[in-house]
Amino acid sequence: MSELKLMKGNEALAEAAIRAGADAYFGYPITPQSEVIEYLMAEKPHERTGMVVLQAESEIAAINMVYGAAGAGKKVMTSSSSPGISLKQEGISYIAGAELPCLYANVVRGGPGLGTIQPSQADYFQSTKGGGHGDYRQIVLAPASVQEMADFVKDGFELAFKYRIPVLILSDGVIGQMMEKVELFDPIPRLTDAEINEKYPWATTGKKSGTERRIITSLDLDSHKMEEHNHKLQAKYKEITEKEVRYELIDCDDAEYVIVAYGSSARIAQKAVRLARAKGIKVGLFRLITLFPFPSVKMHEMCGKGIKGFLAVEMSSGQMVEDVRLAVNGCSKVAHFGRYGGIVHTPEEVLEALEQKIIGG
Amino acid sequence: MADITLDQIIKPENLVYTKTKLMTDKVLSYCPGCGHGTAHRITMEVIEELGLEEQTIGIAPVGCSVLAYEFMNIDMQQAAHGRAPAVATGIKRVWPDKIVFSYQGDGDLAAIGTNETIHACNRGENIVIIFINNGIYGMTGGQMAPTTLIGMKSSTSPFGRDAQRMGNPLKITELVAQLPGTYFVTRQAVHTPANVRKTKRAIKKAFENQRDGKPGVSFVEIVSNCNSGWKMTPRDANTWMEENMFPFYPLGDIKVDGKLV
Ligand SMILES: Cc1ncc(C[n+]2csc(CCOP(=O)(O)OP(=O)(O)O)c2C)c(N)n1
Ligand code: SF4
Ligand SMILES: [Mg+2]
Repeated sequence: MSELKLMKGNEALAEAAIRAGADAYFGYPITPQSEVIEYLMAEKPHERTGMVVLQAESEIAAINMVYGAAGAGKKVMTSSSSPGISLKQEGISYIAGAELPCLYANVVRGGPGLGTIQPSQADYFQSTKGGGHGDYRQIVLAPASVQEMADFVKDGFELAFKYRIPVLILSDGVIGQMMEKVELFDPIPRLTDAEINEKYPWATTGKKSGTERRIITSLDLDSHKMEEHNHKLQAKYKEITEKEVRYELIDCDDAEYVIVAYGSSARIAQKAVRLARAKGIKVGLFRLITLFPFPSVKMHEMCGKGIKGFLAVEMSSGQMVEDVRLAVNGCSKVAHFGRYGGIVHTPEEVLEALEQKIIGG
Repeated sequence: MADITLDQIIKPENLVYTKTKLMTDKVLSYCPGCGHGTAHRITMEVIEELGLEEQTIGIAPVGCSVLAYEFMNIDMQQAAHGRAPAVATGIKRVWPDKIVFSYQGDGDLAAIGTNETIHACNRGENIVIIFINNGIYGMTGGQMAPTTLIGMKSSTSPFGRDAQRMGNPLKITELVAQLPGTYFVTRQAVHTPANVRKTKRAIKKAFENQRDGKPGVSFVEIVSNCNSGWKMTPRDANTWMEENMFPFYPLGDIKVDGKLV
């Protein structure tokens, strides 16, 4: 039954995994996302749905457990925070190369290095430009509420299986730790073994006599075949770019200026928009929901319709702003504002940046 | 004799040996004389003899046997360097009724993958690990491995391994035998027909353990040659292995039915 609850973002993500019919979660503790595995362990999902939850010896092991289980056709996920996500990159590259479906979450903290446990959006480049080695992409969903932490688990698994691709929920310490009310979706039953065998003809579940054996690999020593494989991957990324872009436009209809933001920055920017409107400034919010694919087409179209400037607001020194610049492509002014290293900007700071860098600048 | 034609020889009643149907027809990529091919074959023979092919998933490592999935005619996954025990864990945990094994070299299992090896063994994952210890990184051209003997030359220990500067060879098999999560730990070889038979029996026991749900990892080390990496003829490599590898890595069972021998 769908259910209304007050939950932390991390807990909502964990509960949603059980409800989404996940077969397994493999993880390793790290602040600010340890509540995910703690919640799962406390919920005894092996009793609720039969879901496996295992605390691995490292993030490296966890992502490779995901690789194995995903390669065997199961719905699996992991989660971590920035330093742990860096460790997972080799595995994610293999998952992308072998075209396996999986979901993982990064509850981002400030870096570089061990950094801080405070919220940050400094992993944008890592998330959207590759992260691991090789020419690959992944779908990146950016929740801006506890509700979306739950909903994107369901959506993320659907996309992961539709395209056989890793899907990342790029959250941050604010969304992971804050409590909000959330309407939990109705549980989806886990697939039976027979359903998996029928639905996923690529999954390694044991070679049945008279059928072709199945191989999960990202290797091809023949570089011509490897290029072909890359063409196939690129075609898939192109299709995703055409079909799966998601964003939300708030107060943009009459806007002269637009703030571009995602995740917790978008929540803060929404307040800044209200403050600005109260002062008579016509500003709207372009909230990114998918970071890959990036809504470049829509953004470019808007700048052709008289937007005088875009302010990219993010908790980093300027990463997402590069994609805004590419989308706008010189047809309007673009500036960046953000606090970082674990500092969260205030709506007042965002408004001030808008006035100084875009309106007055 | 001159009158006998091929047709007269090729008859079912004259057949003394056939390749298991669980090996593909693909030509092995291994150097002539290398033990990998024999280890592949007996592993596949065991799976066929036990009738487990429809429920078995194998994991190939990074190393010379990275292409094991081209040769083993069963469902296979290729794992990142050293991560096969984690991949095996992932599969076995979500498909507990399947038979899961990893096939790994010494660099893969005992250097980059030590953590995954120790923890899969310590958790007592119900899997089989087949470990080919040739004391060297064969695939990348003969660099020093965690198992390289003291004094042994490799491309990164060109004057011989020196314990003080390069550390000591790691007996990972003895190490995992100490862990409560291993059920069967043995060290074998495949360089003579007698050893091949023994090793095949050990591999069979390992898979039977998993099939019968015996608790924990069944771990079969095969001390093997790398004539190319060692820069010896296959014959000299086998002699060198007997004279140098076996004294340091003695053959035999280390743990049987969960008890140290
Ligand atoms: C992360 C990573 N590091 C290094 C390598 C390069 N590499 C490939 S195989 C190998 C050594 C394999 O040696 P071993 O496991 O002993 O197998 P063998 O070839 O001797 O059978 C190395 C270092 C790699 N592929 N991936
Ligand atoms: S390099 Fe060594 S391990 Fe690799 S195939 Fe040749 S002999 Fe075997
Ligand atoms: Mg080796």
